[in-house]
This record gives sequence, C-alpha cells and structure tokens, in this order.
Amino acid sequence: MEKFAPAAGNGLLDRRAFLRGGAALAAAMTGYSVKAETLTDQPWSKEPGTLVPPYGAPSRYEKEVVRTLSNPNGEPRTQHGRTPHHLLQGMTTPNGLHFTISHAGNADIDPEKHRLAIHGLVKRPLVFTLDSLARYPMVSRFTFMECGGNSAPLFSPEPIQANVQALHGLASCAEWTGVKLSTLLDETGIDPKAKWVVAEGADAPHLSRSVPLTKILDDAMVALYQNGERVMPGQGYPMRLLLPGWEGNMNVKWLRRLQLTDMPGMTYYESRTYAQILPDGKAYQFYFIQEVKSFITQPSVGLSLRGPGFYEISGVAYSGNGRITKVMVSADGGKSWAEAALQEPVLSKAFTRFRIPWQWNGGPAVLQSRAWDDQGNVQPTRAEIVAHRGVAARVPPVLGFPSQHFNGITSWAIDAQGEVRHVYA
Amino acid sequence: MSMPRLLALLVVCTPAFGAGPNLGTPISPAELAAWNIFVLPDGTGLPRGSGTFAQGAPIFAQKCALCHGDQGKGGISAALVGSPPIKSLDATKTIANFWPYSTTIFDFIRRSMPWQQPRSLTDEEVYALTAYLLALNKIIGEQDVMNAQTLPKVKMPNRNGFIPRFPDKMPPGPERDL
Repeated sequence: MEKFAPAAGNGLLDRRAFLRGGAALAAAMTGYSVKAETLTDQPWSKEPGTLVPPYGAPSRYEKEVVRTLSNPNGEPRTQHGRTPHHLLQGMTTPNGLHFTISHAGNADIDPEKHRLAIHGLVKRPLVFTLDSLARYPMVSRFTFMECGGNSAPLFSPEPIQANVQALHGLASCAEWTGVKLSTLLDETGIDPKAKWVVAEGADAPHLSRSVPLTKILDDAMVALYQNGERVMPGQGYPMRLLLPGWEGNMNVKWLRRLQLTDMPGMTYYESRTYAQILPDGKAYQFYFIQEVKSFITQPSVGLSLRGPGFYEISGVAYSGNGRITKVMVSADGGKSWAEAALQEPVLSKAFTRFRIPWQWNGGPAVLQSRAWDDQGNVQPTRAEIVAHRGVAARVPPVLGFPSQHFNGITSWAIDAQGEVRHVYA
Repeated sequence: MSMPRLLALLVVCTPAFGAGPNLGTPISPAELAAWNIFVLPDGTGLPRGSGTFAQGAPIFAQKCALCHGDQGKGGISAALVGSPPIKSLDATKTIANFWPYSTTIFDFIRRSMPWQQPRSLTDEEVYALTAYLLALNKIIGEQDVMNAQTLPKVKMPNRNGFIPRFPDKMPPGPERDL
C-alpha cells in the first residue's frame, strides 16, 4: 500500500490521506488488538418505537448538548447562551444551539403587531408589516454571527482553564433568509445626505447601533428565516438586521426601526461597551468587522484522547472580510505546520469546517490552527494581538469581557494521559 | 416627444416608487413620533423640556439607586460616578472617563432605563437625571439647566479619546460640527 508520509511534526498526516484510500489507511493504522463483542438484538430492535412528534428534538441521550447560560435566573443584566462547538460538526449551528445574547431578556413579540419603520433621510418614510415583507423577493445566505466579545478570555494574562464553549461559544453559523435592505431602500428612496443607518430593536432596552449606509446597501438584509424556519426569539423574532461578517451586537434583533442619518448615533453600545481600550489609553471605536479566525473544536478541553492512535483534528474557520482560503494546523506548538482540508462548501463570511488526520504517538502535543482569507488577511498569533492591543491587568472571570475582538490563535496542550488543557504557546 | 410618452418614460424611470412590490405604507412624522427617540450627538432629536441636578436627585433615589447605588456609587449595576484612570484594556469605563458625547446619556436613559420599566420616564425626568449624572461627575455645575440647547454643548472629558478601527469603512464626517 501507499505510504503516508507525515505532513508536519508530531504525527500530522497529509490532509488528502483519506481521499486517496481510506480503507487502506485505516487498516494500516489500526492494530485490531481488541477482540470484538458478540452482537445481540437490543430491546429497541424487538418492539415498535416511540410516537413521531410534531416538532422533532434530539435524542434523550444528547441532553449534554446544550448552550451554557451566564445568567440562568434572569438577574437584571445581560444573558448569554454559548454554543457547544466541541459537540457539533459541519458548518451549520442548529437553531436551538445558536449563541444568543439578550440585554434584557427575549422580547415576546406578536408578529401581527410588529412593525418595521424606515425613515429619516429618505424620500418617502415607510412602515412594513411582517406579512408585507414576506411578499418581497428574498435571498438566502450562510453567514456566521459572532459577538464582538467572543474569545475575550484570551486577553487574560494567564490561560483560563475553560472549554471551547466557554472561550469561543459566542459564535455560530446559520443560513439566513430575508429581504435585502437595498430592495426596501429602493422604495423609500435615499436622501443624498444620508451616510449612516441607525437601527433599533423593539426589545425593552430598544437596543440601537449605527451602521454605515455603504454596508446596508452592500449585503445587509432584514432576516425573517434562520435555517429554514422563522428566526428564533433569541435571534430577534420576527425579524433581525443581518450584517454578514460584522460585530454581532450590530445585527439588531427584534428590528423595528431604521433611521437614515448624516452622522452616527453614538449609541450606548458604540460609545461605551464596544469600544476597545488600547495601551496608550485611547480606544478603538466602530470595530465593525469580525476578523479572520479559527479554533480547533475536536480534540479540545474536556474531550480526552483515549490512548495513542488515529484522531481527526477538526475545527471552524471564518472571516468577516470574505472566504477562507487556507487553514494550517500544528501539533507541536507552532514549530511545524500542515495544511488542513477545507470541507465544501467554502462560503464568504461563513463557518468553514477544516479537518486533518493525526496519528497521536501518546506524547505531549500542542494543537493550533491558523486561518487565511481571500482578502489577504492572516489570523494573528496571540503574542501579536497582545503586543498591539495589550493584556488584561488581572485574570478575568471566565465569562468576563476584559476587551473584545480577539481573533488570535488558540492552543490546546495534550499530556501523556490524553487530557487537554488551554495554554499560551 | 408627446406628453403621454414622456409621462410613461418618467414612470418607468422612477425606480424608487415604481419597480418593486411597493407593499410599505407611507408614514407621517406624527405617526412615528412615539418611536422617534434617537438623539444624535449634535442634539438632533432632543425633545422640549429641561431638568437640573436638584430635580434629578429625588428621581435617581427613587428609580435608579436600587441598582446603581446611593448617588450612583454602584450596586448590583455599574457605578455612574467617578473617573478611575484608564491604565489597562480592562479598565472600568465610566461616563466621566470614557463616554464621548453627553447626548448618549439622555438617549440611553430614555430608551433603556429603568431596567424593569423602560420608556416610563417623562422627557423632563430624563433631562433631570442627565443633569444629575453630569453634575455628580463635575462635568457641569449643580445649577446648570440641561435642555435641547445646552446638553449637546457639554464637552465630555474623553471626547477626543477614540480612533476608528477601520477608517476606510467610515462614512465621511457630517457637514456640520459636532
């Protein structure tokens, strides 16, 4: 049989190994040392099963596959639900597991009474019902959504021991369907003085953010559907602003109003929360874009390796600037790198699943991934980010947000027992 | 060109009102008024009315102190007074050490506060609370009256503390000064 040369140090194999002959590779890498058990018919094979429910739910054996909640008792502050990346595969996040952040709970909106008003520097202010919007020509696109504060624990001066759900769970990906805002603005007309669109939700905080008109006319939509069904309440039912690749908080949920203006609103969230302090005391503002990033989901913290042998390393990569072109993986803390396979489809501003085969020899390993996009951007190392942006003065709580927009490399260290730890490497 | 022909061309060439489904309903400023609550940093959108520190103090004690503490010193929610130095990326951001525009205080209180009962304050109460917080932070005097004319003129200490992250994505600045 063909010999599979290592693609990089510490056991990384060529990403095409399986494409060239998976059966031969599997046979070559498996010792067949364990005796098979004798197979028997189980109870579920000997009687009819359960009733088909009107709305399906995962198997009762999958109860651990849930979001983690930051504020389960609804104290008067923000609630976060984080996506369990380590228990998912592919590029799409199931709707019930899509991350959500609600600043004062999820609005319980009667769709018959919801309205979307578009006004300000337009030629003809208009108000739309959900029924009227649903009659417009629609578009669908996959796009990731990421909170500006996702991965913020990596600003900690020392690595926080938490799993990928806690560290990177404020990012998800779905297929969104709705009406392009350029279509609706064709009907209101645009005053030439308009440069910004201030968006507002119908939730209790009336959350509002300012978006450049150029982005609104480029690829923004009023999203009505998420993975084929109506947008979930935690995503803004019955409609949300969708700004592919841009900071999650700007994708205003429960969207009720868009006001065209000649200046930004300088709303609370852009004035305070989503402005990032820099080492010289100044602060970034209008950090619109979620920049190129990747992280390994399997193996990762909490998913121990069960003895030396074959494992597939897998994760997600994405860029708010465009399409992922390359993901490199290291098993030796960045000393050597091998190119991962990118699972089709590879779409602009969407999760791209990457995979690479790995033969673990049972020794220490540090797994890392690094992504590139088609606009020439490369995911920075953590050291590069810290040099530019600084580091938190103290170790933050695991669910804290010392700053935002961390897109550096994440490192998982594996010890001889197969336990995975979060490290800085 | 004949008049009917010209009219027909005009209709065809007016995409704003002709080409699409046209299922929106025109809405007047009066019909929009209850939702039209944005306040821009130049003061556009500020309503009539006014308020002072003295008027704001009892409102704060009654409706805000439960979460933000006595005189805004902090409680289960953030402190609203004080200007701790910004020495690291995780420094505490306050009105006095961070917020670039005074109008944001009015806009945020009016749209989001009190947490349990947003949109329950009158515009006069929002002006009074805004004056109270600005005076507590010594950004204005205790006698200063906040209204649609005075509030946008309040210069915040950190007004020039910001850098756009992506200048090429920023629309050109407004034609009038802020």
